[in-house]
Amino acid sequence: MRTADYAMLAFSSLRFSRLRTYLTALGIAVGIAAVVLLTALGGGAQDYMLGQFTQFGAHIIAVNPGKTTTMGVSGAVISNIRPLSLEDAEGLRRIPNVRSSVPVVQGNSPVEHGNRTRWTFVIGVNHEVPQTWKINVAQGRFLPNEKLEQARNLAVIGYKIKQELFPGRNPLGEFIRIGQERFRVIGVMESKGQVLGFDMDDIVYIPVYRAMSLYNRESLMEVDLLYAAGRDEKQIVERIKKYLIERHGGEDFTITSQTDILGTLGSILTILTAVVAGLGSISLLVGGVGIFTIMSIAVNERIKEIGLLRALGASKRQITLLFLFEAAVLSGLGGVAGMLTGLSIAWLMHFFIPALPVSVSWDYVLLAEIIAIATGMVAGLLPARKAASMAPVEALRSE
Amino acid sequence: MIELQDICRSFVVGDETVHALDHVTLDIAKGEYISIMGASGSGKSTLLNMLGLLDEPNSGSYQFQGKELTTLSEEKRAAFRRENIGFIFQSFHLIPRLTAAGNLELPLMLMGMSPAERRKRSTKVLADLGLSDRAHHLPKQLSGGQQQRVAIARAMILKPPMLLADEPTGNLDTHSGTEVVKILEALNVSGITLVVVTHDVALGRRAHRRIRMLDGKIVQDESSRSNESAT
Ligand SMILES: Nc1ncnc2c1ncn2[C@@H]1O[C@H](COP(=O)(O)OP(=O)(O)O)[C@@H](O)[C@H]1O
Ligand SMILES: [Mg+2]
Repeated sequence: MRTADYAMLAFSSLRFSRLRTYLTALGIAVGIAAVVLLTALGGGAQDYMLGQFTQFGAHIIAVNPGKTTTMGVSGAVISNIRPLSLEDAEGLRRIPNVRSSVPVVQGNSPVEHGNRTRWTFVIGVNHEVPQTWKINVAQGRFLPNEKLEQARNLAVIGYKIKQELFPGRNPLGEFIRIGQERFRVIGVMESKGQVLGFDMDDIVYIPVYRAMSLYNRESLMEVDLLYAAGRDEKQIVERIKKYLIERHGGEDFTITSQTDILGTLGSILTILTAVVAGLGSISLLVGGVGIFTIMSIAVNERIKEIGLLRALGASKRQITLLFLFEAAVLSGLGGVAGMLTGLSIAWLMHFFIPALPVSVSWDYVLLAEIIAIATGMVAGLLPARKAASMAPVEALRSE
Repeated sequence: MIELQDICRSFVVGDETVHALDHVTLDIAKGEYISIMGASGSGKSTLLNMLGLLDEPNSGSYQFQGKELTTLSEEKRAAFRRENIGFIFQSFHLIPRLTAAGNLELPLMLMGMSPAERRKRSTKVLADLGLSDRAHHLPKQLSGGQQQRVAIARAMILKPPMLLADEPTGNLDTHSGTEVVKILEALNVSGITLVVVTHDVALGRRAHRRIRMLDGKIVQDESSRSNESAT
C-alpha cells in the first residue's frame, strides 16, 4: 500500500471525528507551543546578553579592588586591603600583551552649561577609552595622552549630554561646570544607547586625576585592560594576578574576564534550557497519553472496519501502519499547530514589546516537531498492535 | 476447486463448548451456485468464513485447487483472501468515511495500485452498476440496495474466482433484494463460484445446489440441475 494512501485514510478518519481530533492534537500543540515559545525567549535572552557582554569587545579584563568570593564581596573583612592606585594601572599596562589600560573612577554630578543642568555620570578615565571600550568619538577628539597629575580640565561628553546642554549648537570649545570646576569640551562620543541597562550616551568623560579630586578619592574603582586578540587569556590573567600580588602583598583584588562572565551566562542558560526541555517533555507526555486514549477508542470503534479490511486482504502489518499513521498525523498536526502558535505568540510579543528579545532556534522547533510525531507513534503503537492482532472473524462479528 | 475434509470448529463460551462446525466435509466445483440454509446458529456463517479463510478450523483439512491452506501463515491467508475471495455481508460493511468510489477502490489501494489506475477501474465498474452519479456520495447518502451493489462491486473488482455472500439481502427490501440477487447470479453465469447464505427460502431455491445445516452439520445437500459446469 502506498504511503499517500495511508495518509489519505488517516486524514479521512481524523476529519470524520473533527472535534476529537482537535482536542487530542491540542494536547500535543500546547507542549510544542510552550517549547517553541520558551526557547525563542531563552534564545532571545541569550543573544541579548551575549551582545551586551561582548559590546566592549571580548578581549577585556576588569580588575576591581577587594576580593569577591562565592559568598560575595568580603573586601571589608580583610583589614590590610590595598586600594587600586594609578600606579597599579600604569604598571598593568606594561604586562606583555596588554594593549591598553583604563583606570576608572566614577561619580554622579550635576553638569551645567549656561542655565542648563543635567545630573549625569561623570567618569574619570585616560586617553585609551576608545580602543578599550570600543566606542568612538563622533565629533572632536578624545582626552589627550597627558601626564596624569598634569591633566588639564578637558571633557568629552556623551551624545545625550550634547543634546541636553547644547541643543542645536556646537559644543566643541565650550565650557561645562562640574562641581566647582570648569571643563572645556573637546569631543562628543557616538551614540551607543543602552548597554546592560546603562545609558552609554549619558556620560561625561574627564581625566581620571581630575575625577579623583572631584570625588575626593585616593584610589581607583576599576582598571580595564585590553589584551591582544588571539592571546591566551588565562596566561594574561595569571600575570596580572602575580603582578598585583607582588605589589599588594596579597590577593586583595578581583579579576573578571569576559570568559568568566560568558561561562556563568552559559551555565545559567543551560539550566534554563533543561527546565524548558523538562516542561516540554511533561506536556508532551500528557499529549501522548491523550493520543493513546483516543487511538484506543478509535480502534474499538472501528473493529468492524478492521475486520472488513482483513477480509479484503489487508495484512496485519498494513492494519498496524494504518493506525500508526493516524497517530503520527494526529500528533504531527498538533505539533505544527503548536509550532505556529508558539511562533505567532513569540512574534506578537516582539511586535508589541520590541525591547523583548526573541530569537527562534529552528533546531529546537524541528526537534520538537520530530519528538511530537515520535510521541504520537509510540502512543499509537499499542492500540495499533491491538487492532492488527484481532482475529478477522471476531472483528466482523462485533456489534 | 475446494475440498473441505472433516472440518471442526468449536467455540468455548463460558464453560460450554459450541460445535459451530462438526466434521463438515464438502466439495465445491468451479462455477457452482450454492445456497446454504438452516436455522440461526446452525453454523452457516462459520462455514462461509471457513471457506473464505477468515477463520481457522480446530481440525480438518482445506484444499484449494489441490493446495492445503490450513497450514498457511496469517499473512499468506490475507494475500489469499485478496486474490481469491470476494466477501459480501448482510450489513454491507462500507467504510462510512469513504465515498462509493473510495470504498470500491479499497482492495486496489491495499495492493498498492496507483490512484489514476484505481480511478479508471472504479469509474468503469460504477458505470456498469449504473452508479456513476453516486461515485462521490458517502454510504449514508446511498440506499441499502445501492450500498450492497457498491459492496458487490468492491468484492469483484479484483475478479476473484469465488464470491461468498452472507445473507446479502437480509437488510434489503424485496425489490432491492431481487436486484442484488440478479447481479450475483449474473456474476455466477460469467463463471464465478457463488456461495450464498440465506434465510430467504425463495432465494435459497434459486441456487443450483442447496445445502442445509443443523447444529454444525450438513444435513442436506441437493443439486436440482445437472447443467452446472463442474470443469
Ligand atoms: N466467535 C464466536 N464466539 C463464540 N461463539 C460463536 C462465535 N462464532 C459463532 N459462534 C457460535 O457458533 C454457532 C454458529 O454460529 P454462526 O455460524 O454464526 O451461525 P449462523 O450463521 O448459522 O446463524 C452459534 O451458536 C454461535 O453462537
Ligand atoms: Mg450468520
